[in-house]
Amino acid sequence: MSAFKVLFGDRAAAIGAFLIISLVLVAIFAPALATHPADVAEFHLDKRLQAPSMEHWFGTDRMGSDIFSRILFGARITITIAVIAVGASVVIGVPIGLVAGYYGKWIGGAMMRTSDVFLAVPQIVLAIAIAQTLGPSVENVILALSVTYWPFWARLVYAETRALKPQIFIEAALALGASDLRVMVMHILPNIASAIIVRTSIGMGVTILTAAALGFLGLGAPAPTPEWGRMISEAREFLPAAWWYAAAPGLAIFVVVMGFNLLGDGLRDILDPKIRRGSK
Amino acid sequence: MRRLQIILSRLVWLVPTLFGLTLVVFLIANVVPTDPARIIAGENATAAQVEELRHELGLDKPLHQQFGRYIYGLGTGDMGKSLYTARPISQDLLSRLPATLELTVVAILIAILIGVPAGVISAIRRNSLTDQVLRVLSVSGLAVAGFWLAMELQMFFSTKLGITPLNGRISGFGPEKYTGFLIVDSLLAWDMESLRDTFMHLLLPAVTLALPAAATLVRFTRAGVLEVVNSNYVLYESAMGMPRSLITWKYILRNALVSTVTQIGLIFGALFAGAVVVEAVFDWPGLGTYAVQSIMRSDNKAIMGFSLLVGFVFVIVNLMVDIVHTFIDPRTLE
Amino acid sequence: MTEPLLDVSNVSLGFRGENGFAHILDGVSLTVKSGEIMGLVGESGCGKTTLARSVLGVLPRNSLEVMGGAVRFQNTDMLDPAYADLQQRIRGSRITFVPQDPFTSFNPVFTIGEQIDDLMKWKSPRRDWNAVSSTPTLLQRYPRSRRAIDREAVIAMLNSVQLPQPERLLQKYPHEVSGGQRQRLMIAMALLPEPELIIADEPTTALDVTIQAQILGLLRRLANERGVAVLLATHDLGAAYEICDRITVMYAGQDVETAPVASFFNVPAHPYTNKLLASVPGLKGEMSGIPGDLPNFYSPPPGCRFAPRCERAQLACEVRPAQTETAADHMVCCFHPVVDHAAAGLVPSGKGQTS
Repeated sequence: MSAFKVLFGDRAAAIGAFLIISLVLVAIFAPALATHPADVAEFHLDKRLQAPSMEHWFGTDRMGSDIFSRILFGARITITIAVIAVGASVVIGVPIGLVAGYYGKWIGGAMMRTSDVFLAVPQIVLAIAIAQTLGPSVENVILALSVTYWPFWARLVYAETRALKPQIFIEAALALGASDLRVMVMHILPNIASAIIVRTSIGMGVTILTAAALGFLGLGAPAPTPEWGRMISEAREFLPAAWWYAAAPGLAIFVVVMGFNLLGDGLRDILDPKIRRGSK
Repeated sequence: MRRLQIILSRLVWLVPTLFGLTLVVFLIANVVPTDPARIIAGENATAAQVEELRHELGLDKPLHQQFGRYIYGLGTGDMGKSLYTARPISQDLLSRLPATLELTVVAILIAILIGVPAGVISAIRRNSLTDQVLRVLSVSGLAVAGFWLAMELQMFFSTKLGITPLNGRISGFGPEKYTGFLIVDSLLAWDMESLRDTFMHLLLPAVTLALPAAATLVRFTRAGVLEVVNSNYVLYESAMGMPRSLITWKYILRNALVSTVTQIGLIFGALFAGAVVVEAVFDWPGLGTYAVQSIMRSDNKAIMGFSLLVGFVFVIVNLMVDIVHTFIDPRTLE
Repeated sequence: MTEPLLDVSNVSLGFRGENGFAHILDGVSLTVKSGEIMGLVGESGCGKTTLARSVLGVLPRNSLEVMGGAVRFQNTDMLDPAYADLQQRIRGSRITFVPQDPFTSFNPVFTIGEQIDDLMKWKSPRRDWNAVSSTPTLLQRYPRSRRAIDREAVIAMLNSVQLPQPERLLQKYPHEVSGGQRQRLMIAMALLPEPELIIADEPTTALDVTIQAQILGLLRRLANERGVAVLLATHDLGAAYEICDRITVMYAGQDVETAPVASFFNVPAHPYTNKLLASVPGLKGEMSGIPGDLPNFYSPPPGCRFAPRCERAQLACEVRPAQTETAADHMVCCFHPVVDHAAAGLVPSGKGQTS
């Protein structure tokens, strides 16, 4: 067996996958893993703002609840928001982009102008507007994020589809009598799948950061839900004394987003043969 | 000639895009279950008073009429008055624009100064330890929540070490305001003290904003340079014995520049988005805090005005990027 | 007996990558005499591009491992990293290059004129190589006096390669010019430094068939006029027949036969060469291929690499055969070369009629 040189891509994907799987497991088994599972809802004002200790690994917050346990439960919220928001925008955006790119001309132009409008303003601004309008809750955050994210996917798929459409193998399929729908789903989609997969992983990370920002601004789930972004904004008034209060959720966000970024990067390296070939 | 054609066609597309944006923003701002009139009138106002206020604000007219009036107002640069402060919104926005713009531009410069060379080095020393470290760093830079990093930096450098000021753009009154850009104004007045103060205030917010942008630049510059390094024309230039430094600094750089310029357009967008939260943390009197405040107060007109202004700035920036492209990459003229 | 211009002797090298070590060239030897056109013929993947690049000395340094041999161009070994400075001088002025793909070999963001300008600035035959300069490369200037003369030479050369309106052409960007024109430009650029040897790596593969013949003819005529030798790597036997003086056949990184063109097509000696010539579609449409596949470069067979697919192979073939002469100046690396063609049932193809 020839020498086994681990590439950055492989390593990154592996670490990323490990982190994501850990996140999922933590979210699922939060009640079992948490040291003070009841602290998701309960509070103990006599134990406010305690520094990290053997009993409270990440210290306690302003209501005396154990931060470590709240972070673990917060993982559930994080995953829920990320998966649903990204999932919904992919499910909406990809077909739109496919159809627009495939048929081109007027339909294509119209769809792309529409998504351009959404992309003209930074996602977070529109998301803030929507979330504020509807009221602070996890559902509204998810809605706001989905509505502002689908144009990105539509744009991406549109560009890729347009590049693929004139290729010979598409012509061949059509000549053999394949319907438009069949061509789109069986021929074009598989070819752009790797680009979508890579971007999905990275998109999860971006979405988590945006969701956290919304939480920070008070637009996410209200107290006492252990949403990471909101926990950081709570911590603000107690800095610099209670340093652990902001450090814990911030690091949690960092680790999770890192995981998605590494996974996406690693997948990109693995799936893109051009970069692999390197020195020949 | 061709270049002019391209620019003109892009400008023409500007109008419908901005119109569409206005429409979308208007709809979002007005499909509101909350009633701005009631909010302003306060809880103790009677129903009649709220009605009167509503009529005064023109909120009782049908939606399309409101939209029409708004578009008409835009033509004269009138975005209406803030429901909250009763001041003209355009005035509010313009007074805050320099603050955000200055911050963003400084952040971009920092990002370029760090990111582009790092990307080039990363590409040239592909797969070396330097490269791996830089790649990990750039992935990390994109994983950090901006507002959290801002808070941590603020806590560390301002509160604990006292090196940088806590918030705001400047302590004291600052120089005579001509442009609203404190750096420019300080230089115009040759006020070195203000200049220094301005920089210290800009430091933390700009660095916080610059970090994810720098990370993105490292990655895209790296990819851009790699693509060029492996290209056939570099092979040809090497085979014909052109000097190494010529190949690197004239040929490779010039080609990688094309993709870097594209990046700047994209990064600008991310920076503006990041500015919203970073301004909140540092009490920066810019558009970001204005937006958040307006949204919190359901100040519809202000929200619309802000979104339009940002959209407009974006479209302009993207247009400028495209124009620069036509100058540095002759293939775009086809 | 004059010294050959280029002497490749027993070169063995390969590349180390994530899958192991690929042994691309194994004991390759060939010579190119001054002014002759040598065809380097073989299928895709036989190593001719690698060999061509090793003459120029532009193989990727990071993964390259040279196991032995030398590529001598007039006393300079182009493979030896110790001679890097000398190689840099030779490259582009004494040995030049015509690449395979004219579409991607020009830098897209500079005009053609700018690129030729740079070439002349550094590689013009009128350049004073002895002027030692301490200024850094990027700041060195193009002497005015030389510039004017060089410009005239460029226009003249563009006319020689039959490119219309040279002055206008120089102001265009590469993508504004057709493929055939670009390849003519490449030939012009290869001749401008007045080299002694041109390495042409499949210069017509990317072009239309109708243009291929023109380009090859042009190359031959200009090279002969100026006494420039050419090492032409190609998989097209017809092209080799048309313009080459001598031909070397390569298979899987080994040179198997070298002969003057007439002798090559009349009495091909190596079994592979015979199969190759036979596989060219005949006038009656008869076709024959060569059963089997190329060997794996990561674990190549010992000795003759064609042996696994050769009907005449025996145990002795596990050792690399040395060159033996079967006819005048006709060398073969084989223990069982084809000598009696009629008896072996192999038809010498006479002309390699690909088109």
